[in-house]
Amino acid sequence: MLTTESPRAIFSLRGVDKIYQMGEVHVDALRSIDLDLYEGEFLVLLGASGSGKSSLLNILGGLDKPTRGSVHYLDWELTQASDDELTRFRREHVGFVFQFYNLIPSLSALENVELVTEISPSPMEATEALRRVGLDNRLFHFPAQLSGGEQQRVAIARAIAKRPDILLCDEPTGALDVATGRLVLDVLAQANAELGAVTVVITHNAAIAGMAHRVISLGSGRISGITRNATRLPASALAW
Amino acid sequence: MIHLTSLQLKLLRDLWRLRAQAIAIAAVAMCGIASLVTMRGAYEALRIAQYTYYQQYRFADVFASVRRAPSSITSAIRNIEGVADVQARVVFDAPLDVPGLNEPATGRLVSLNPANQHDLNRVYLRAGRLPDAGNRHEILISEAFAHANTLQAGAVLQAVINGRRESLNVTGIAISPEYINEARGSGFPDYRRFGVLWMDRETLGSLLDIREGCNDIVLTLTPGASEAEVIHRLNGLLEPFGGLGAIGREDQLSHQFISNELAQTKVSATVIPAIFLSVAAFLVHNVLLRLSSLQRMQIGLLKSFGFSNAAIASHYMQFALLTVATGSITGIALGSWLGHGLAHLYARFFHFPTLSFSLSASLVLTALIVSLLSALLGSGLAVYRGLHMTPAEAMRPESPLRYQRNSLERLSLWQRLPLVLRMVLRNLLRTPLKTSLTIFGLSMSAALVITGLFSFDALNEIIRFQYRVLQREDISVIFNEEHSTDIINHLNRLPGVLRAEGFLSAPVTLRVRHREKRTAIIGLERQRQLRLTVDARERSIELPAEGLVCSRMLADLLHLQIGDKVEIHFLTGRRQKTEVPVTFILDEPIGAFAYMDVQALSRLLQKTPTVNGAWLALDMTNADTFYRTIKVLPALASTSLREVTIQSFLATVGENIRINNSVLVIFACVIAAGIIYNSARIALSEHATELASLRILGFTRAEVTVLLLTEQWLLTTIAIPLGCLIGYGLAAAIAALLSQELFRIPLIISGRTFLIAAIVVVLSALASSVSIWLRLQKLDLIAVLKTRE
Repeated sequence: MLTTESPRAIFSLRGVDKIYQMGEVHVDALRSIDLDLYEGEFLVLLGASGSGKSSLLNILGGLDKPTRGSVHYLDWELTQASDDELTRFRREHVGFVFQFYNLIPSLSALENVELVTEISPSPMEATEALRRVGLDNRLFHFPAQLSGGEQQRVAIARAIAKRPDILLCDEPTGALDVATGRLVLDVLAQANAELGAVTVVITHNAAIAGMAHRVISLGSGRISGITRNATRLPASALAW
Repeated sequence: MIHLTSLQLKLLRDLWRLRAQAIAIAAVAMCGIASLVTMRGAYEALRIAQYTYYQQYRFADVFASVRRAPSSITSAIRNIEGVADVQARVVFDAPLDVPGLNEPATGRLVSLNPANQHDLNRVYLRAGRLPDAGNRHEILISEAFAHANTLQAGAVLQAVINGRRESLNVTGIAISPEYINEARGSGFPDYRRFGVLWMDRETLGSLLDIREGCNDIVLTLTPGASEAEVIHRLNGLLEPFGGLGAIGREDQLSHQFISNELAQTKVSATVIPAIFLSVAAFLVHNVLLRLSSLQRMQIGLLKSFGFSNAAIASHYMQFALLTVATGSITGIALGSWLGHGLAHLYARFFHFPTLSFSLSASLVLTALIVSLLSALLGSGLAVYRGLHMTPAEAMRPESPLRYQRNSLERLSLWQRLPLVLRMVLRNLLRTPLKTSLTIFGLSMSAALVITGLFSFDALNEIIRFQYRVLQREDISVIFNEEHSTDIINHLNRLPGVLRAEGFLSAPVTLRVRHREKRTAIIGLERQRQLRLTVDARERSIELPAEGLVCSRMLADLLHLQIGDKVEIHFLTGRRQKTEVPVTFILDEPIGAFAYMDVQALSRLLQKTPTVNGAWLALDMTNADTFYRTIKVLPALASTSLREVTIQSFLATVGENIRINNSVLVIFACVIAAGIIYNSARIALSEHATELASLRILGFTRAEVTVLLLTEQWLLTTIAIPLGCLIGYGLAAAIAALLSQELFRIPLIISGRTFLIAAIVVVLSALASSVSIWLRLQKLDLIAVLKTRE
């Protein structure tokens, strides 16, 4: 996977600040962030509540723009992109996995994935995406008929079906029990390995850090540390 | 300083946050209450005006015309059991020459006893003074006629009375309970060319050479008297004097017009507000159900703090009450304003001493109670459904909405439907009752427009069929007595006349089993171009050589079918009784007449063919010469012009309908927009998270807008044809309920009406869509990613 040869940086953030103006109060959510994300990397973005990890995820996912600094996706300067361009960026390159899955309750598992494959330029078959997350026997179930872990796997299938370049996961195990959480993380690791998408898992759960190539710790809007795991743990070995 | 409890503050903030939806609900309630106040108020105003007018000016109960009877007949009539008061009068139609009017007009001269305060059908003097007895030929003229011709006291009219041309001096303008609507007969009223002229009894008697006699009897009944019995005995008494058959109030023309209006207004005053207030209750229910679902955490919290169910229920119900009450109070104000306008419109058609719309306390109370009920109904159901959970249950986040495969999914077509449509259909089928009610409410807005515009379509159809297909004369004239058919040749030779066709109108009573009807049989020439009889496909047909042709209304009144025998009792000449079969039923929208071949009619009357009226086609370039000629013809009693009558009718009634329809169309827009907007806002609130997630997944604004609005447009698309069907059904009901002797309302709805109804709904949906689209622009994407509390 990641070798000692210098890999290609997919994302480059330089001097990124994010300031929220809330009434008369300035909130410095991100301060002078410099960060590169490399091809095929599995990253864990670790931080407590208010550390700025969500702000960073929003900027990486094209949902928000930094107050200062630059964000490059390959050669594309995202800070200059229009709203429509950001939508196109998300549509073609980003896969999102939410804490609460956010599936469409009126669509079956298969249809939830198809909804995305219909608008993607080079998607995989929806059934293929669901097979990869181990749900090929639940294609026609509605969200309300699936367990939380299964719903999250449908959400992962929906995210990977478009063959994204970057997979952004916001507390993907936050609403799940440990065993189910491990299963979901395993699916994510597998997708990362098979599809080569940069996978960013945002969490406050330090135990998840063990499965990452790199762990980026955030505190008070700054990067407080970057550690590289010499050996990655499989998801099944994680405990919290 | 007003101290608000925290729940009251929350209520005000909820109201402010949901103001657009609250305004939409209030607007629907406003329309409902406004229509209730306007129509119920107008109904009451009209009914009270009618009642007091009838009482104070002694409107008669029974009316009879005779050829000529001695005035002393009144003492015999007074002896009939059940008769309270009798009056013998002279009533006579005469051709008039009105200053400023080219065409001839017709004046109905009615005798008056200016000194007698106990006169029946007493006049109310609007302007000027009562006419004096004497030879100055002073008259009062009726108000609508005076207005239409801008006549005032001092004006002089020329009339041909008893073969002599007389000048009549106007001393004042008056109205009478007998002519609240100044119509002369079935057909459209023409205020410009028909007026009532009241003249001193002595003067009129001497002009007509019936100083000691009378030709018209009116009487009142004692309380509890049998009208039918009195009429029966009166007819017996009048028969030797050429009695033309007495009628009760129900058949009196002016009374019929008002009764119809009252009946119509009463029905509308119930049905239309009921539609609006049901819709308001439905919207209240949906909004509150959604609000309580959004606020289930808060409800759980309040319950855990110890707020009682009743306190929380009343908190949510106050939302409904405040919203609906605001709408109702505005509705009462609007309704009162519209009511004044309606009373003003009524005053053009119905002439009362006073007709004023006043907002009665009982009406305001009714409006408030009715709106309160609708708010309680809507909110009560929603609160019942939204509150029956334990605090712990309420504080848990809602689990995903349950969807199941529906029966449609078994169809092979289902898999080929776009995902968006599958989503929408599942959403709609998950709550079938709500979906049906939404569609039904939307349909009602289209149906309301259709029923409103239907009155125009029906009117146009009446005009087209009665006055363009059946009647083709330019002018019809009635002679003051029967003449030999030579008079037609004479008319044919008058300048400006292209063609003249005579007819004989014979007053009769028709009897079938226990039903009877006083009407006229009109004897028609064999070769006719000016008055056609047509079949169902509107092809001109020959009149059968024998037997009776009945108009549809007459056939309905007497329950007649082709082949049935009808007993004819002629009311003139030798007053024969005979029996003939019905050979054809003519779809005539106006009047309840019977027709016969003039030869056959003369045979029944046992005399040589005569005529007492004619239809004329004119060379319109030379019409004025003709008008000048007939204004002085002694043989004429009255004239009526086809085209100008239609035009003057359209100018008055047409405008009335237009105003009513505009209000109805605006109200229908409010319903449609209220329903679509609220249903879209609720859908937006229910699906906001999904839609924002899809935006994050790369869906464009346009794509999520389509996702959301497909549902609204699908509902709209289903509602339009359904609304057209309901509208058609309502129109059919209106046509059946409100068709009466004066007009049979044809069930014809133009394509244009359906189109306008569809456009109203589509435009309302479009307006809601635009406002929803604007809201979707502000969809907060990042909020979706935040952890749910």
